Order: sequence, then C-alpha cells, then structure tokens
Amino acid sequence: MWKKSLAFIAFCSLLLNSLLSFGQDSSSKVEMAEAMRSNGKIYVVVAVIAIIFIGLVIFLITIDRKVKKLEKQMDETK
Amino acid sequence: MQKFFNLQLAFGLEWWKFLAIALVLYALIGGLLIDVPALPILHETIRNLYYHVTQWFGMMIILFVSLWHSIRYLSNFKMHHDFVAAEAANVGIYMGILGIVTGSVWAKFTWGAWWVSDAKLNGAAITLLIYFAYLILRNSMDEEQKRARVAAVYNIFAFTMLIIFLMVLPRLTDSLHPGNGGNPGFGGYDLDNTMKLIFYPAVIGWTLLGVWLLQVCLRIRTLNHKMLIKQFK
Repeated sequence: MWKKSLAFIAFCSLLLNSLLSFGQDSSSKVEMAEAMRSNGKIYVVVAVIAIIFIGLVIFLITIDRKVKKLEKQMDETK
Repeated sequence: MQKFFNLQLAFGLEWWKFLAIALVLYALIGGLLIDVPALPILHETIRNLYYHVTQWFGMMIILFVSLWHSIRYLSNFKMHHDFVAAEAANVGIYMGILGIVTGSVWAKFTWGAWWVSDAKLNGAAITLLIYFAYLILRNSMDEEQKRARVAAVYNIFAFTMLIIFLMVLPRLTDSLHPGNGGNPGFGGYDLDNTMKLIFYPAVIGWTLLGVWLLQVCLRIRTLNHKMLIKQFK
C-alpha cells in the first residue's frame, strides 16, 4: 500500500516539477524588437522601406509607359 | 480571358499591376508591424517569411509559366511562346538569386554561417545552376527555330529537376528548413494564423510584380524582333 502512495507522490511531484519548469519557460521571454516598437521608431523604418518601394515602382511605371509609346510608334510606321 | 487581364485601370496600366503594388506594400508595411510569434533563435527574423520565402514561391510560379509556354511552343511552334518562356526564365532566375542571397543573410544570423551544407540550400544552388545552363544554351544558338526548340525541351528537364531538388530531396533527408525531413508544410509557422494573413497576399503580390517585370521584358523583346523583321523587309 505505502509503495503505491509513494509512487503517487513521486508522480505528483514530477508533474508539479514539469508544470513549474513549463511556467519558467513561458516566463523567460524571447527577445523581440520591443524597444523599436515602444518608442515608435519602427515606423520610420517602415516609412523608408515603403518610400523606396514606391520610388522603384514609379520607375517601373515610367519604363512601362515608354515601352508603350515605342509600341505605338511601331504600329504607326507600318 | 485575355481581355480581362488587359483591362486598364489608370495611367494606361492594367488592373493587376495596381494589385501587385497594393499587395507588396501591404506585405512590407503589415509584415513589419503586425505581431509575430516570439520564437527563440528566430526572434524578429521570422518576418523574413514575407520576403525571403515569397521570392522562392514567386520564382516557382514564374518558372512554371516558363515551362507552360515551352510546352505550348513545342505544340504549335509560335515564336511568341518561346519569347515568353525565355523572359519568364529570366525573371524567375532573378528572383531565385534574390532568394538565395537573402537566404544566405538569414542563415548567417540564425544558423551561424552564410552557407550550410543543407539539402535545401544545395538543392537551390543546383537548381539555379541548371537554369543558368538554360540561359547559356539559349545564347549558344543563332538559328531562331532551332534555339527555341532545344531550349523548350531543356526547360522541361530543368523544371523537373527544380521539383526534385527543391520539393522532393529536402523532404527525404533532414533539413534545417522547416517543413522538411518528412513533414510537408510550414511546421511551426503553420500554427500562426496572423502570419498566413500576410504571407499568402505577399506571395501573390511578389509574383504579380514578377509578372509585371516579365511583361515589360517581353514587350521589349517583341519590339526588338519586329524591328529586326522590318530591317530585312
């Protein structure tokens, strides 16, 4: 009988132990870029990236329109 | 169908070009600002999913377009299909190079080295080499019809190798990439639905941007071809 209860206590302590260690795992935080986000400076980076992308797209649009002009010229001089 | 894709929205540009701009902007802004799961080793670099992984997805879709037009060429021998196949391969390879370079940077800061001997990395390198050979093969032939035919046949081989090296072999061995070594899918990322919310639109956006580049390159090639014909008339 006491053997069984001892096994039960051992099992319970193991369970508790694993639960405690699990709690520790979730409380030890993974480092993220919180400083950038808390003082709002991440938006500066996002704005810069967006501006560069828009700039490249405008360049692509002008090339697209130039090609279209050439296509029209080609069709007219047939 | 053709008419639907040629529908112009503004500035003489087709509607899907605006969709491409909107989706990539969404991926850039949303991808950097929306919360991501905090995972060890990865930290904020998990956001590379929206930029590095999407290049590979876009590459595969555009190289599939290339394969499709190569098969079409072999069935009706219209030069147009050869032009599309060639330019799609160009854009696809370009995206592949961007993918491999960004992957190298990501690997340096998470796995600790610019290049690791990983099944997926080596597979990607071999795939790119196979496609470089496609470009060299094309440029080694002057006669148009012959070049188109040989390149089309080689393209079918190249795409098959791409599937084997990027999709099959990494799954048979262990790989540092998630979703390899037996289990398909994104593995750990798959649990997070907010990431999917950015990831799938990002794939469509980057792919459409690639299609846009492909279309402009194709139009320039067609113009060159027409000019050449005119000179001989």
